[in-house]
Amino acid sequence: MAETLIPREFSSAPIGIGRRITNYFATFAALAAIVLVLLPLGAIFAYLIYRGIGSINWAFLTQTPKPVGEAGGGMANAIAGSVLILGIASALGVPIGIGAGIYLAEYGRNRFGDLIRFTADVLNGVPSIVIGIVAYGLVVLTQGHFSALAGGVALAIMMIPTITRATEEMLLLVPNTLREASYGLGVPRWRTTLSISLRTATSGVITGVMLAFARVAGETAPLLFTAFGNQYWNWKISQPTAALSLQVFTYAISPFDEWHRQAWAGALILIFLIVLAVTAVRVATKYGTLSGA
Amino acid sequence: MANGALGAPRVSPPQPVEKSEVAVMPKRGVKPLIKTGFSHIADRIFYFAMLACGVCVLALVGLIVYQLITRSSLSWHAFGWSFFFRSEWDPVNEQFGAFPFVYGTVVSSILALILAVPLAIGVAVFITEMCPVWLKGPLAFTTELLAAIPSVIYGLWAIFVLGPLLRQYLEPWLMRYLGWTGLFDGPPYGIGMLAAGIILAIMVVPIISSITREVMTAVPQQQREAVLALGATRWEMIRTGVLRNARAGILGGVILGLGRALGETMAVTMVIGNRPEISKSLLAPGYTMASVIANEFSEATTDRYLSALVEVGLALFIVTIIVNILAQILVWTVTRGTPARANG
Repeated sequence: MAETLIPREFSSAPIGIGRRITNYFATFAALAAIVLVLLPLGAIFAYLIYRGIGSINWAFLTQTPKPVGEAGGGMANAIAGSVLILGIASALGVPIGIGAGIYLAEYGRNRFGDLIRFTADVLNGVPSIVIGIVAYGLVVLTQGHFSALAGGVALAIMMIPTITRATEEMLLLVPNTLREASYGLGVPRWRTTLSISLRTATSGVITGVMLAFARVAGETAPLLFTAFGNQYWNWKISQPTAALSLQVFTYAISPFDEWHRQAWAGALILIFLIVLAVTAVRVATKYGTLSGA
Repeated sequence: MANGALGAPRVSPPQPVEKSEVAVMPKRGVKPLIKTGFSHIADRIFYFAMLACGVCVLALVGLIVYQLITRSSLSWHAFGWSFFFRSEWDPVNEQFGAFPFVYGTVVSSILALILAVPLAIGVAVFITEMCPVWLKGPLAFTTELLAAIPSVIYGLWAIFVLGPLLRQYLEPWLMRYLGWTGLFDGPPYGIGMLAAGIILAIMVVPIISSITREVMTAVPQQQREAVLALGATRWEMIRTGVLRNARAGILGGVILGLGRALGETMAVTMVIGNRPEISKSLLAPGYTMASVIANEFSEATTDRYLSALVEVGLALFIVTIIVNILAQILVWTVTRGTPARANG
């Protein structure tokens, strides 16, 4: 923006050599900063692809882990476990998050609403490992063992505040005249909220949900002592379950080369899924394919 | 939002006007007859359902506090405040002191901020003030992508790429030229406080820079033009006209980054070395509050051991909450507050 407004002649104004050098130096420093920040990003992606792609094969995607020392095996059960845990998290977190967002936008213009808004921001800042402790106390201790449900609850708690605030923000963008028009036709308030406000804001709400999803999809810390991990297939929500991120962690800190190789492959799949979700949402909201959803 | 890069989507607002014709006229047709009976009840039900969801958010935080306090009471009664100042961590004899973890968390986070803040501000300055318009969007998106990478992948990369690089190149160099400070002593493992600080720095840069960009954009355009009209160079304009006015918000962003660094678990656990020792040298292994919970929670055998770990979690919770609230207040003063003052 500033670019267009600076007269080009400005640089020929009598500015001392010292000031000019400082100016160049600052420009150079900012440029160096961005290069230094993009460097690790490039390095991480390059390395992920370089180390990961060779290890992704049919066996990796369809088999469970082999015992230490045996080559082969895969992370199919971890991928399935991640799907299970994220499914539970979404089933719990999305309705509550959207509901709370609706409350804040449609009924929450008061002190109590401010309190909830503030609490949601607080919840957003709670370290994920602490959420893990709470889910452990809530689910694991009452059930008596680690379970997919506990992992799902932990991730749901992390999804809720993001979805709540995104939903609220998007609903507030819906013009009031739309609501009034609906009331004018005799549509009750609940129906107006659901079929007019929420429907108009759908694309924004979906964005919020997907971002929350992307954020928890790679979470590991809250799963360590809730979902716990599992070497075998599991589809029961009351049993310990493997998860992609957990498996990457376990393999990464192990001393075995074969496991390291698989950790890179798992990480590549994990990041591929997350980047896919984030960019899909970006593109979809930018070009409006979701606005009619 | 704490996770600024992920949490603040720059999406175009919904396009309500075109849809209004479709949306307002329900397909089945609402009877224009005003019959309040049923819809009144339905409205009440809907209201209470939404209220319940809202209260749920409130209850969750209450639940977190309740869980942490009740489950840590055993350790609290046994050690009191001294828990945070004792260095002994001996699960066998049930003696617990969290000082090495507090130290590790504080040092690694501060190290991360020292590295990240100049970079993040540089990135924000470049994106908002210097780069060509067509490059703005892609650059902003790319830096925010850093925030979308899961912590465990940072850890993986740090173990196999960053660690060896540090061990072979950076750490010997630091020892040779800066060894006299005492900060870079001992064998260069590659794994240790320095590695944790660097990986944390990479992780908090997108948070700080996205907040900094936000508050810099909030500085009115006239301000820039006015400073330029007075004969300033571009850098002088940025420094006096933009950064100075946005400094409260930038500080807010920095503190938000601190909050993230304090609570970060996986990447740090994977590279800090996990040894409860206090060492002046940054090359030595350390331990943080979040990592001790991650490593030992599922192995804690006795009640007091578990309770001590929960107390570490409680302390972490309280500190990050305070830090986050402080940050939000600072950011609000810039983005929602009064217009920036010229001599601020």
